Amino acid sequence: MGRLLARRIGGLAITLALTSMVVFAMTSVIPGDVARRILGREASQEAVNAKQAELGLDRPLIEQYRSWLSGFVRGDWGTSFTKGESVRSLVLTHLAHSLTLGLIAFAVLVPVALGLGLLAGLRNGTRTDRTITVLSLCGTATPEFVSGVLLLIVFSVRLDWLPSSARDEYGFRGLVLPVICLVIVCVGYVTRMVRASVIATLDRPYIRTARLKGITTRSLVRRHVLRNSLVVPITALGVQLRYLIGGLIAVEFLFNFAGIGSLLLEAAQEKDVPTLQAATLVTGVVIMLTFMLTDSVYMWLDPRVRVGAET
Amino acid sequence: MTHVLTRSPRRRPTVIVACTILAIWIASALFAGWLSPFSPSAQLPRSKFIGPGADHLFGTDGFGRDVLSRVIAGARPVLTIAPLAVLIATIVGATLGLLTGYFGGFTDGIATRILQAIAILPPLFPAVLAVALLGRSTTVLVVVLAFAFTPIITWTVRAATLVEREKQFVEAARLRGEGTAYILGREILPNISNSIVVESTVRLADAVFAIATLAFIGLGAAPGSPDWGAQVADNRVNLQFAWWTVLFPAVAVASLVIAVSLLADVIRERRPE
Repeated sequence: MGRLLARRIGGLAITLALTSMVVFAMTSVIPGDVARRILGREASQEAVNAKQAELGLDRPLIEQYRSWLSGFVRGDWGTSFTKGESVRSLVLTHLAHSLTLGLIAFAVLVPVALGLGLLAGLRNGTRTDRTITVLSLCGTATPEFVSGVLLLIVFSVRLDWLPSSARDEYGFRGLVLPVICLVIVCVGYVTRMVRASVIATLDRPYIRTARLKGITTRSLVRRHVLRNSLVVPITALGVQLRYLIGGLIAVEFLFNFAGIGSLLLEAAQEKDVPTLQAATLVTGVVIMLTFMLTDSVYMWLDPRVRVGAET
Repeated sequence: MTHVLTRSPRRRPTVIVACTILAIWIASALFAGWLSPFSPSAQLPRSKFIGPGADHLFGTDGFGRDVLSRVIAGARPVLTIAPLAVLIATIVGATLGLLTGYFGGFTDGIATRILQAIAILPPLFPAVLAVALLGRSTTVLVVVLAFAFTPIITWTVRAATLVEREKQFVEAARLRGEGTAYILGREILPNISNSIVVESTVRLADAVFAIATLAFIGLGAAPGSPDWGAQVADNRVNLQFAWWTVLFPAVAVASLVIAVSLLADVIRERRPE
């Protein structure tokens, strides 16, 4: 297993290096003069040139990329053009906020998806199954801002139960609606995967054996079916994560939440290049690490994968 | 029409609902001028924030504009940008997928790595970067969404090609001395066209989703374009007293993505044996 992990890490490192090139290339095509944007319209040409030299923008692109990447690896992520703060603390604070939100959403998502998927899989082909399948598809297909706005109309405007913003002063109550938004958009895919795994498990010979032995349905589900499906949400997370993080941009914007999504959006609108680069690359790193984590957990939980991959 | 799309009678209601919704929006995109009761930009100063009623079915917004007419007008931009972006992504992705899957080897290894590096980021990220940095325009949206979806389509087509290239009819064509173009276009492509259709339909739903979200966060097509997402964002502040200005464009977005997703689902299940 150790050699397998080492090979995996090597592959991830190559992909990350390429991702950093993609990020740098995308942020370097910006038209317009970054130095002039910092100094303002009235600045003299000499001052602009000096600033450009200071930021290293007069050097060749390869050179710029090298110094940016080596700075990034050493933990020097530069200074925000617009805020004047250290990009590292800016990005890491916002990232921590978003991770909290994401983890709460995942904690809610797992039991809901397991329950719905189990129900649909056990009642395969019935009306209950069809209803759950269609509804979960609808949830996946509804953009976060749409479900968010509908939730706001009902729970914040009509009923006045929950705040319409997730700013710090509202504490935990402010997080309820954003979490529901994220769960709605992700629960469909995970439910379908659980359902598929339940149906596949029910087809196995050992289920028939257990049934013939006279096991009750309740313990059949608990001991044989559910146990096999527990791993599904973890692997599904790997697939869903990119969409979950993409969705954070809209959710954080809608609920005024200071996370990595709103930081990225703000930096993009203000053309704050160092923040943009760091926020994008750090998101890539987080996604990579989660892939690795879900892979390892999967291998740990399911010995068959471990043996199969080793040979 | 419905029995063409589905063999299972149980799925027929789903297909009818999805096709009806899609037909309504396509009609709105094509005949917006005839269908809408008012001009989407006409401001009636004395009828601001009128609730839904006989005169204005969906009510009016803060400028006294008819919400129904604006919802109808919102169909055209999204139904232009999404299919175009997906079409480009499908053509580029299918070509890349066929070539890398068929030849394999060193080029395939490099291409796979580069695509992985792009695909690791959420598809919305390149879009946010590009639109914010290059400016808001329909062209930028089409190109950047095509760029974001190409790796995923390449992936699917490559996987399908890997399976097909081992089959005997490909071997036979090679022994007959057929050229690569013939083998790829005439032997492999027809056999994987079903997965390409499924993949493109799924990406079409994704594209509508992404366009609406970008418009909502202020990075949609040119400013002033009646995008549904932008309508929701602009009227968000009036949510307390004029929910109809937000509800109808929001439902419009959701209905279109849901309709396309349902169709993609039905096409996927139809897969011939």
